[in-house]
Amino acid sequence: MAVAAGAAPRRAPGGGWRHRLRRATPYLLLAPGILWLLIFFIVPSIQMFLTSVSTGSIDNGFKLTFSSKAYETAFTKFPRQLTNSLVYGGIATVLTFLIGFPVAYTIAFRGGRYKNILLFLVIAPFFTSFLIRTISWKILLNDTGPVLGPLKDLHLVAPDFGLLFTPLAVVAGITYNFLPFMILPLYVALEKIDPRLIEAANDLYASHWGAFRRVTFPLALPGVFAGSILTFIPALGDWVNAELLGNTQTKMIGNVIQDRFISQGDYPTAAALSFILMAGILVTVSLYGRFLGTEQLTG
Amino acid sequence: MTATTTTLERPAIATRAPRRPGRAIAHYALPAFTFVAVCYLLLPIAVMIVFSFNDYQGKFNFAWHGFTLNGWLHPFDWQGLPQAIRTSLFIAVVSTIAATILGTLIGLALTRYQFRGRGAINGLIFLPMATPEIVMGASLLTLFVASATQPPFNSIVPRGWLYPLGVQTILIAHIMFNISYVVVTVKARLAGFDRRLEEAAMDLGANEWSTFWRVTFPLILPGIVAAALLAFSLSIDDFIITNLVSGATTNTFPIWVYGIQKNALPVQINVIGSIVFLGAVAFVAISNIISARRR
Repeated sequence: MAVAAGAAPRRAPGGGWRHRLRRATPYLLLAPGILWLLIFFIVPSIQMFLTSVSTGSIDNGFKLTFSSKAYETAFTKFPRQLTNSLVYGGIATVLTFLIGFPVAYTIAFRGGRYKNILLFLVIAPFFTSFLIRTISWKILLNDTGPVLGPLKDLHLVAPDFGLLFTPLAVVAGITYNFLPFMILPLYVALEKIDPRLIEAANDLYASHWGAFRRVTFPLALPGVFAGSILTFIPALGDWVNAELLGNTQTKMIGNVIQDRFISQGDYPTAAALSFILMAGILVTVSLYGRFLGTEQLTG
Repeated sequence: MTATTTTLERPAIATRAPRRPGRAIAHYALPAFTFVAVCYLLLPIAVMIVFSFNDYQGKFNFAWHGFTLNGWLHPFDWQGLPQAIRTSLFIAVVSTIAATILGTLIGLALTRYQFRGRGAINGLIFLPMATPEIVMGASLLTLFVASATQPPFNSIVPRGWLYPLGVQTILIAHIMFNISYVVVTVKARLAGFDRRLEEAAMDLGANEWSTFWRVTFPLILPGIVAAALLAFSLSIDDFIITNLVSGATTNTFPIWVYGIQKNALPVQINVIGSIVFLGAVAFVAISNIISARRR
């Protein structure tokens, strides 16, 4: 604003095309990218909603009938997958917080000269493909793999005990894959805290725990909010962990959407499920924001 | 790098070894916990690298059968793999360039101009980042299919542009989801920008065009490079969206991996994964050394 408004009168007195061009500059800068988002994000979202209230098949085409049949199918046929998504996504988010907070706290306040290297190690998983990491968990957790193999040889676990293809493996995989998304925002929030505030609390006879509970943690809340959203949203929509590490009972909503679109050609149901997922996320995020009192931070 | 050095100089709190035994546990518990958590994060990477040397039997590289360099000597020796890597690189490069340009322009507009509809624009930038990938991929797929079959799209979009699906639809999707990340990254860099530097250039007689290219652009270039690197890595690793909009015949590297792991787990997956990982680590290490030298 400063240059556009401040420099304009000096450099371009009066009206004319130069002045008009200057007024149009922000819109010209915005136009290509915003058009791209409108055409390839907003229009598809509308089209998906219309598909969810259509009937028909991929072969005969879809007719817009404003029927709620797809939503009925979604809720009556896939309650298990909807629940799985919420439960696994929720547990994984809580777990990433429980693991991530102490880690972020340690890096921020006790990292010292190891701070940068620790941060680097936290984001190191991003240097490999998401799929390959998940396949690595398959290698790790399979019945004769590096974890269970030795335990079975020592007869510490039953020979038919398995970790792979269980809900536990799915939650562990999701927790693993999204843990850096939790640690980084928590670290950023904790790192910003002025240590003198904590010293002041201690000088005023707050115990270490008291200072943490009443000074450090409240100041870290924006990071908690950002971290849980960055973890919960992709966790809720993920289907790769459930597909590679789980069984037929652990399928999540993403598995169904994927399958309905690609294999079944059942677009209305898949679109309805996508819409339910999106609505679920918007409701959860806004309730959560209100609960933490951090709405102003998202705007 | 300057930001990190200032944070390093800040005195760390509570680093003195405490005297009471209860405190001592708390003192060592946090670093110990962090160590375990970092091991958890690195474990699958270690497995990936170790198993890239596995002389595995049968189709699946699951159980350790002894050391071999076979995988590393023939890293691309699997049907469809070289083509998938080429496709991935092409899409990542093109979508990064496009998204970086479009996103940087939006970032400039948002930070330096006052205009109507700023709130709506910010919302539009935020939405794709708050939408699960599966939903974005699914809605794009409905649009692409509708472009061939349904009015009004089938009369607006020329035949064959958006359907059948292929490289072009993957590019559209990757540019779309990358724009928001570029905007956010570039905005963060522009937020700390000292406008007086531009005013000084103008006072010294530079016009707006040369002020931009000789003052503004060099200063925000690190932010643009960071945004481009982020976009590149998001694009090259994307699976969930790409899987929905790639169609049956176009394979990127993640799509190829997913397709093959149902029937076999070739050691080449681990080898390529290790090459990418070690390459990225080397890149970060070298750029850190260079920036340390410059100081």
